[in-house]
Amino acid sequence: MTLDTLHPQKLEDDGPLVRFADVTKSYGSLTVLDQLNLDIAQNEMVSIIGPSGSGKTTVLRVLMTLEGINDGVIYVDGEPLTHMPKGNGLAVANEKYLHERRSKIGMVFQQFNLFPHMSALQNCIEAPMQVLGLSRDEAEERALNLLDMVGMSAKKDQHPTRLSGGQQQRVAIARALAMRPQVMLLDEVTSALDPEVIGEVLNVIRSLNSEHNLTMIMVTHQMGFAREISDRVCFFYEGKIAEQGTPDQLFGDPQNERTKQFLHAVLDAN
Amino acid sequence: MEWRWEFTWEILPRMLWATGNTLLAAGVGYLIAVVVGLVLMLGQRTPYQIVNIVVREIVEFVRSTPLLVQLFFVFFVAPQFGIKLSAWTAGMLTIGLHFGTYLSEVYRGALEGVPKSQWEACRALNFTTLYTYRRIVLPQAFPIALPGMGNYLVGIFKDTPLLATIGVAELMHTANALGAETYRYLEPYTMVGFIFLIISLPTAMGLRRLEAAVDRAQGKRRN
Repeated sequence: MTLDTLHPQKLEDDGPLVRFADVTKSYGSLTVLDQLNLDIAQNEMVSIIGPSGSGKTTVLRVLMTLEGINDGVIYVDGEPLTHMPKGNGLAVANEKYLHERRSKIGMVFQQFNLFPHMSALQNCIEAPMQVLGLSRDEAEERALNLLDMVGMSAKKDQHPTRLSGGQQQRVAIARALAMRPQVMLLDEVTSALDPEVIGEVLNVIRSLNSEHNLTMIMVTHQMGFAREISDRVCFFYEGKIAEQGTPDQLFGDPQNERTKQFLHAVLDAN
Repeated sequence: MEWRWEFTWEILPRMLWATGNTLLAAGVGYLIAVVVGLVLMLGQRTPYQIVNIVVREIVEFVRSTPLLVQLFFVFFVAPQFGIKLSAWTAGMLTIGLHFGTYLSEVYRGALEGVPKSQWEACRALNFTTLYTYRRIVLPQAFPIALPGMGNYLVGIFKDTPLLATIGVAELMHTANALGAETYRYLEPYTMVGFIFLIISLPTAMGLRRLEAAVDRAQGKRRN
């Protein structure tokens, strides 16, 4: 698919919230995403699993527009994200266009990436004030509600260095939620955590899913959690979805040889 | 040769006056260096590769030649090409450029010391580039740059005696003159060393306190 054959396509109203249409991403000769097609429905919880180097984190990074793509188009909420309408076709989005569209997406990182020179509360009010134009009072009210939801309101004035990894990650989730994104990207959010604090972060994600029904895409190595919480699980292999299905299908009765090997290896390790 | 206190007291006013000039030279030189360093650092981060390379080469060239040679060149050689500067102007510009190249490296290291992941977090929160620099990157780069910036403040101060060679009336120049007038060198040069010591030491101590205070303000250390 080349760009001039594409037309700015408005997806149908009940269409997917996120659509990857033939998305290719490569670094030099290394192809990380290979003509990926993936639709995420409103309120869907999708887990992405797979061996390292299979492109699963790249899916989140290109959707967050941290990196550009080489071919294809990503749509969010019915409109192109990576490209903008130009004439009768699409052109690669410029920074101004990305700035307008990006707020629909929120991301939580493996290493939390909190701002170390700011308190937990400041971390959560900075973007709503600067980007969304909220007043300080409005932003603080919103942030305090979210910090309360993730169980961190008692530590709101602490700087990240005084918080445990699990606490930092919960603040990072609150910070991303404060922007009220339509879709949340969770990039191996428990991989950098000590085993005893993984549970507190997973509990927050559970409540986002069950009580708030947020659309989420989660890259994870926590197979048990993925099985418990997901509506759909995608197994990535060499930049493509090798197999996808409900958790019971994928974990209970995998069809693809690669999926079977991967699940064997992971379950053996546990 | 023994120490003469009455001579010491006699030359003290002139030495103190010269100390004022030394501090002025160090201060002005440092201010120029701080700004020049910023320009030289930014000049290596432009979108234009050719500009980046040219500025990089200028920095390398200035860093690789001695300050004294540069002083002589600007003060004695440049006039032969029609550029006539007073001793003060030549001295301040040369010190500013010379230490500006060092400071540009300090800034560069400090900016690179802010992890790439901080930029990504800012992008995910949809900050503009300018806001990212102002609120997230520079506040984190500043404490990294501070020790290096402090070192070069003391460094410039201690290199000001080189200005005596082109006739700037700072401490060393005054001590030389007193020696020539009175044939006594023990007191003037000892005083020069002592004055440098009693200014450098507290300055270095004050800088360390400043570093600690900045870290505390950013929540990195306990009180």
